Amino acid sequence: MVKRKPYMNPYLAGVLLGLVLLSAMYLSGRGLGASGGIKYCVVSIVGAGSQDHVQNSPYYSKYFEEGESPMKNWLVLEILGMLVGGFISGAISGRITWKIERSPWISRRRRMIMAFLGGVFFVYGAQLARGCTSGAALSGMAVLTTAGFVTMIAIFGSGYLFAWFFRKNWI
Amino acid sequence: MGPIVYMMGAGPGIQLLIAFLIGIGFGFALEQAGFSSSRKLAGMFYGYDATVLKVFFTAAIVAMIGSRILSSLGLLDMSLVFHNYYYPGPAIVGGIIMGAGFVMGGFCPGTGISAAAIGKIDAIIFLFGGGVGAFIYAETYPLIQTFQNQGNRGAVKLSESLGLSDSLFILIVVVIAVVLFWLAEKAEKIFARPDITREL
Repeated sequence: MVKRKPYMNPYLAGVLLGLVLLSAMYLSGRGLGASGGIKYCVVSIVGAGSQDHVQNSPYYSKYFEEGESPMKNWLVLEILGMLVGGFISGAISGRITWKIERSPWISRRRRMIMAFLGGVFFVYGAQLARGCTSGAALSGMAVLTTAGFVTMIAIFGSGYLFAWFFRKNWI
Repeated sequence: MGPIVYMMGAGPGIQLLIAFLIGIGFGFALEQAGFSSSRKLAGMFYGYDATVLKVFFTAAIVAMIGSRILSSLGLLDMSLVFHNYYYPGPAIVGGIIMGAGFVMGGFCPGTGISAAAIGKIDAIIFLFGGGVGAFIYAETYPLIQTFQNQGNRGAVKLSESLGLSDSLFILIVVVIAVVLFWLAEKAEKIFARPDITREL
């Protein structure tokens, strides 16, 4: 068992993340993304469940046009890599453990419900905005797009707006 | 001249391998930053931990300046790098919904993945909820597709809209970021919650 190590200095971690993003731009002409990979996984599951439903839907059908599996996708491989990278980082820092992280003032049940709802909202919003914090905001800002800056301001502005209503979950 | 995959005409196998390797770096950086902890991320919205702002803006600036340097050295053709399209309505409404999800769940999709990778069960549930969110979106797409696809302004750059050169614009972003870093360091002292941060 590795002894638990402190997190990296945030500015240094930012430089590291920036270099990863720059590598994605230089190697593949893309930014980073996370919600897109989740979407492709869902599309694949629905496709495996019902081909009829997929072929008749204006949304799903476009992901099956080329006859390739939606899982053989840049974004899916990227999030698989993220699981490996996160695990390596956790392993060398002694942070791998099954845990429900929550404020001591709320129940586990409440934490799980809020985590679930947060996921539903976040990825739904990411579909509307054509990307999440990484795909639309961070990667967009790196290439100076208006979409990147507007999405970033909308996410964090809204976070502060709603923070008051959900404060009991955290502080 | 980069992007490398276009220069060497890389096949799909190589592209997917690059995606996997980039993902490893991405997940590693997020976990090292402490983004595998929802209470650390939520600290951004309550002031006791501003790591999110520090990491996010540092990363954006490094990528902005780095790509600018590569481009001016003739090593990277920025016209081949993806620029996201601006649809004002969906970007703002989607962003607002994401912000609500952020304070409810304490993760965004990327940080949720890095947290799930080290065994955070709340992150696994967050990602499961994320899959449900993508499913609801897909099933209700016919109802919202008009809104979703209206007002496309194209891959517009904010620097161009403001009539600034890219370099001057980046300089302004750096100055704003430094001010925000200074405010973040102050906020962490004013809103300090040692009882929470000690446990993270």
